[in-house]
Amino acid sequence: MLNVPSKTLLDVHQVSQRYQKGSGEYGPPILDNVSMKLSEGEIVGLLGRSGCGKSTLLRIVAGLAIPSEGRVAYQGAPVSGPAEGIAMVFQSFALFPWLSVLDNVELGLKALNVPKDEARRRSLSAIDLIGLDGFESAYPKELSGGMRQRVGFARALVVHPNILLMDEPFSALDVLTAETLRTDLLDLWNEGRMPIKSILMVTHNIEEAVLMCDRILVLSSNPGRIAAEIKVGLAHPRNRLDPEFRQLVDTIYARMTQREGSKPAREGSFPGTGIGMALPRVSTNTMAGLMETLNGAPFNGHADLPHVADDLTMEVDELFPVAETLQLMRFVEIEEGDIKLTPAGKRFAEAEVDVRKKLFGDHLLAYVPLAQRIRRVLDERPTHSAPASRFRGEIEDYMSEDYAETTLRTVTNWGRYGEIFAYDETSQAFSLENPQ
Amino acid sequence: MFPRFVAFASVGRRALPNHWDLIALALIFSGLVAIVRGVHGMALPLPSPDVAPVDLAYDNLPYYALRTTLRMFAAIICSLIFTFLYATLAAKSRRAEIVLIPILDVLQSVPVLGFLSFTVTFFLGLFPGSVMGAEMAAIFAIFTSQAWNMAFSFYQSLRTVPRDLQEVAQGFHLSGWQKFWQLETPFAMPSLVWNMMMSMSGGWFFVVASEAITVGDTTIKLPGIGSYLAVAIDHRRLDAVLAAVVAMLVVILLYDQLLFRPVVAWASKFRVELTASQTVESSWVLRLFQRTHFLRMAVRPLGEWMGSIAGLRFNLPRLPMADQLGKRSVSLGIDLVWFTLVGSLALYCAWNVVQYVSSELSWPDFWEAVGLTLITMLRVVILMALATLFWVPISIGIGLRPRVAETVQPLAQFLAAFPVNVVFPIVVVLILRWSLNPDIWLSFLIIFGTQWYIVFNVIAGAAAFPNDLKEAAANFRISGWTWWKSVILPGIFPFYFTGALTASGGSWNAAIVAEYVKWGDDKVQAHGIGAYIAQATEAGDFPKIVLGVAVMSVFVILFNRLFWRPLFDVAERRLRLS
Repeated sequence: MLNVPSKTLLDVHQVSQRYQKGSGEYGPPILDNVSMKLSEGEIVGLLGRSGCGKSTLLRIVAGLAIPSEGRVAYQGAPVSGPAEGIAMVFQSFALFPWLSVLDNVELGLKALNVPKDEARRRSLSAIDLIGLDGFESAYPKELSGGMRQRVGFARALVVHPNILLMDEPFSALDVLTAETLRTDLLDLWNEGRMPIKSILMVTHNIEEAVLMCDRILVLSSNPGRIAAEIKVGLAHPRNRLDPEFRQLVDTIYARMTQREGSKPAREGSFPGTGIGMALPRVSTNTMAGLMETLNGAPFNGHADLPHVADDLTMEVDELFPVAETLQLMRFVEIEEGDIKLTPAGKRFAEAEVDVRKKLFGDHLLAYVPLAQRIRRVLDERPTHSAPASRFRGEIEDYMSEDYAETTLRTVTNWGRYGEIFAYDETSQAFSLENPQ
Repeated sequence: MFPRFVAFASVGRRALPNHWDLIALALIFSGLVAIVRGVHGMALPLPSPDVAPVDLAYDNLPYYALRTTLRMFAAIICSLIFTFLYATLAAKSRRAEIVLIPILDVLQSVPVLGFLSFTVTFFLGLFPGSVMGAEMAAIFAIFTSQAWNMAFSFYQSLRTVPRDLQEVAQGFHLSGWQKFWQLETPFAMPSLVWNMMMSMSGGWFFVVASEAITVGDTTIKLPGIGSYLAVAIDHRRLDAVLAAVVAMLVVILLYDQLLFRPVVAWASKFRVELTASQTVESSWVLRLFQRTHFLRMAVRPLGEWMGSIAGLRFNLPRLPMADQLGKRSVSLGIDLVWFTLVGSLALYCAWNVVQYVSSELSWPDFWEAVGLTLITMLRVVILMALATLFWVPISIGIGLRPRVAETVQPLAQFLAAFPVNVVFPIVVVLILRWSLNPDIWLSFLIIFGTQWYIVFNVIAGAAAFPNDLKEAAANFRISGWTWWKSVILPGIFPFYFTGALTASGGSWNAAIVAEYVKWGDDKVQAHGIGAYIAQATEAGDFPKIVLGVAVMSVFVILFNRLFWRPLFDVAERRLRLS
């Protein structure tokens, strides 16, 4: 932690990204006016929930995507394609299954036309550094997840990049493996043994961000903006049980559940408004489970989110959509990192199946505009049935095809559970009749 | 394990607007008409090429078998080159794709045996009086039976390369050439190899059909098993026919053991899956090769040389991505010009075909062709149904007994590769002997070679049927008709579909040779479009061939679109066990 003014490696200036709708028009922004800098010698984390555009930002920095507005400069030069000196580690490892470990690592060097002998030497030393000795001739499918991601790291390090980009590199691994890999990586970094100058990582795991980063940029969703910048001054190695560490985690939780002023708190959780609201894929069982957990001991209807997450071993990415769906339906209130059951939520948690379904259906109709809309169309039509394509077309005006598909699937399942309408897969139509 | 790669890729593709199919049809058939017209300009009849006469002595058979096999390999190499060029162009250029893919789709529905007369005329015209022309014609005929599904599978693979792997290639600065050999080709390999092997299997049928062919006054007999057979038929030598059958069996057995199995086993390493698979394809030849040090040493330099070529950069000026933005209007303009060009070319071509056919033929000819096609279609449908009723229960029975399946499965695959036209004369002899009705008894020849696709796919399906579902069915005492209807039939349907689709395509082709069969001077023929085309070919009546093949193609395309595609959707959406 020396206070030497360090060189800026990467400069992201007022970047915005919009997706293109089927019709060719541009939809609402995924990223809105994002600016950030990355200096030598630091690890910066981009923290946010899924859909906040953090991975998109990382891909723009990597030159794999071009922003609709704004610019990115790497060492002063604009990035207009994959830049030399920036290498990436992928969430899914992205190893070539037909290449051995050694060939996978050498791949990037081949592309750079590095002479054969030098490529071999550098690859072997990267493999050595990352702890893959003895696995050189193995194929990815023979390796465990942790070992595969080590290959991913070796492949990135071997090209001696200035910036290492990491896209949720540990989220596909089990808890123990992820922790080992994080610690190994931090050790290498702190001992200065990696041929890199800085790391930019994307994560949705708050503890991971606090454990690894010098600086955390919290991204808000819809659209993706930098909501907060948090400096982490703790010395390495950091201890998760350290009160300061816990304090920081709680602060970030609160930060991430905070709304921006203008929007009403409840509707702000998901992209879009009215029937154009994109709904996350959350099952009714998970919702019921969360309400029961909150209602029971030790929470008794009131808890802070990090605790609940710990208790249920859920990550932010999994927990937030559930909590926010419940908030949308007025079963819970979320404020400053705390979650509280409403009277309706309490009633739900204590009720029997049929009462629960009725209650859920009522709230669904009252608070989810798309469910309302489907029900109204069905009521109005003499046949009491309507094809799904009709609603899909309607909501595609507001969101991409993928989101529309997810949203429709979600509302179908919720509607089925609440018994406010039926859906027939074969004819792909909604109706009011229940199958006989 | 196998049916993961549907041979007829067109069905899985999103339904393209039909006007593209019409454009493709127009382009293809006007191409054929142009060839025929061009060749007409040269002096006809062509002098018969000077080919050594085929001798029926048995000891010539190994040599003939070798010649036939060489033709096969020449064709598969051509198909491979075609696949790399055509599919890559279609996958990389949106404008090319819009034209190339419907053409491919139509081409693989066209009964390629109908092509034979055109291509023979064309190649003989290119090399008048030389054996070269006839050889090229035969190789081209085999090529037309192999190339389309290979190109389709490659195109589909190129379009489905996982996004993260693409990002790695891009992020680590692989050039287009490197990406093609390091990422795209390996990714496409398992499905390409599988399709290539299916193509080879289908190819035996065409090699037999194309070695000895008569177009008008020109008769060509290239040295090979097909010609040997044709001569045997002319001389009414049943013993020679049997000798040809045996020779073919030996060739296919060798091909299966020495090539098919090793290559499939080798290609399994390219599968993108991150768990080691339970079913491991094995081959004793491959194992043997991998164990010998000497052979491996000998081949290594070749492998390294190829590897270094694949590793070259071949830097092409890359379009900076930023430039592609903001130029929508220019791109739209190019689109407009391009589509107008394609559209008017297609119109011109369609007009050309209609003019050619109508100058010599009238409406009654057309209705006759339609009527005959309906008869053939009826034949295909009935026989497919019969084969299904007969083979599905048997195959399920076999598939559910792993021990039996292990031995029967390769046998069915082997039989599918066997060119069934070799045994046709034997059937003809029987029909003549007992004076049977050819309209009924010749029909069975249509399904004779293709039924095995149903058999080995259904066996694979039943063998892959999840054990827990079997146990659940047993546990709840589901048996009898309910078991068939609700348990096993839906379970094997996607596999059955793959087999039936392949069989159906093959059956249309087989109709051309199966509806019109000769034994010496005796001719046995059934009513149908196949016999119509075969007779027109023999008479060298080109307008009738064009008409017959065109009508048949349209029927096959409609049949695929209106019958198979909806079934495919059901199989994919509802019944895929994954």
